[in-house]
Amino acid sequence: MFRLRPEARATVRVSVDGREVALPEGASAAAAVLAAGLAAIRETPVSGAKRLPYCMMGVCFDCLAEIDGVPNRQACMVEVREGMTIRPQRGARAIETDAE
Amino acid sequence: MTAQVYDAAVVGGGLVGSAIAWGLTRQGLAVALLDEGDVAFRASRGNFALVWVQGKGDGQPAYTRWTRFSAAEWPRLRDALGEATGIETELHQPGGVHLCFSDAEIEERLALLERLRQGAGNHGYEYRLIQGSELADMLPGIGPKVIGATWTPYDGHVNSLKLLHALHRAFVSAGGRYLPNARIAAATARPHDFRLGTPSGEILASRVVLAAGLGNRALAPLFGLAAPVVPNKGQVLVTERARQILPLPTTFIRQTGEGTIMLGDSKEDAGFDLSQSPDVMATIAARAVASFPWLADLNIVRAWSALRVMSADGFPIYEQSRTCPGAFVANCHSGVTLAAAHAFALAPMIAEGELDPMLAPFTAARFDVPAAA
Repeated sequence: MFRLRPEARATVRVSVDGREVALPEGASAAAAVLAAGLAAIRETPVSGAKRLPYCMMGVCFDCLAEIDGVPNRQACMVEVREGMTIRPQRGARAIETDAE
Repeated sequence: MTAQVYDAAVVGGGLVGSAIAWGLTRQGLAVALLDEGDVAFRASRGNFALVWVQGKGDGQPAYTRWTRFSAAEWPRLRDALGEATGIETELHQPGGVHLCFSDAEIEERLALLERLRQGAGNHGYEYRLIQGSELADMLPGIGPKVIGATWTPYDGHVNSLKLLHALHRAFVSAGGRYLPNARIAAATARPHDFRLGTPSGEILASRVVLAAGLGNRALAPLFGLAAPVVPNKGQVLVTERARQILPLPTTFIRQTGEGTIMLGDSKEDAGFDLSQSPDVMATIAARAVASFPWLADLNIVRAWSALRVMSADGFPIYEQSRTCPGAFVANCHSGVTLAAAHAFALAPMIAEGELDPMLAPFTAARFDVPAAA
């Protein structure tokens, strides 16, 4: 459904749920999710409903993803970086209690 | 505009007012619930949502009993509201703990709980100090700085926004009349004959219940009552949702049914100032991380402040006007915990026209200390 503009120089390569996509510098991880064509990037913690990025401006939290191993990040507020790994956020994050 | 006539007018649409108003409709009264509007301070929408007994009532066993009674009636409240509205208030009452960080704190806490146990007399008051591996098993990932926790079996928590929603819905479906934006502009009070001027017209009622929180201070004298309450600011931080990890609430950290973790319990005497301050928020966060180090990995997604409604001794104010019988005042800072007592016990007393002697310790007369010569 989403394509890059023809003049875009897609130079930053990231992985979205195992799919390699390239985005222009300065694009958001949420844009990468849309470019990758995923059906959903997260499932809500309460009802398990599927979600894709929506507001693209940090408000709706529908783009929550695990980015480079950190769960529940707002993908629309994170700029893509070469080699970034973006994975779906399924439900609420788990907590590691042996952190200390 | 013709005046509207009711058996009772409840002033204040927060948790205290809506619990009483619903309770009055259950007694068969025609009730109007007057809610101020979005300019109100609305402690009911900013609270921490504990149903809490532990530690309450030092120096006033009647308050311990009233609180215990309400906590014990909460399952009935949940069931009645669920049946009337279909709204699940998410009551969870596994007992609660208070975390202690030093031997002195433990000693002080145990002394407090022992005083409360003695004050409770034949009613009993169960509490226990939990330490070491038992504490580690009870609270996953508890930090090494927490050296003990006091536990009581009576405590729990709810979803307080759903509680407020359910009380309003139950009130209206029982035939109550909810009036928004109904700030009291004028009032005349005679025994069992009250006229309240509001933007929605004049309300006539033979009973009036002042449950307007901090607004009671100005309203009470119009009805021959006193409500010397002052604001006490509390700030709350809320984390992102996480899988259920905390099996029971603590006094300042709890995990909600949806998975967010609420951090709170700051106390500031800052007048009617609702601003949030980085230093207080940092203190709340630091204490939370000292309690559960894994909290440091969670994002804070919301924060707010609200004003508690505090009397000088922290206990509620319940009283019927002597000069204008039929007018009652109800003030407290535990609208969640006491919701069951307000709906099931206080409302029937108001409907009956007389407060039970068990509430005699809560008249505002206790604040009338003559000034020293």
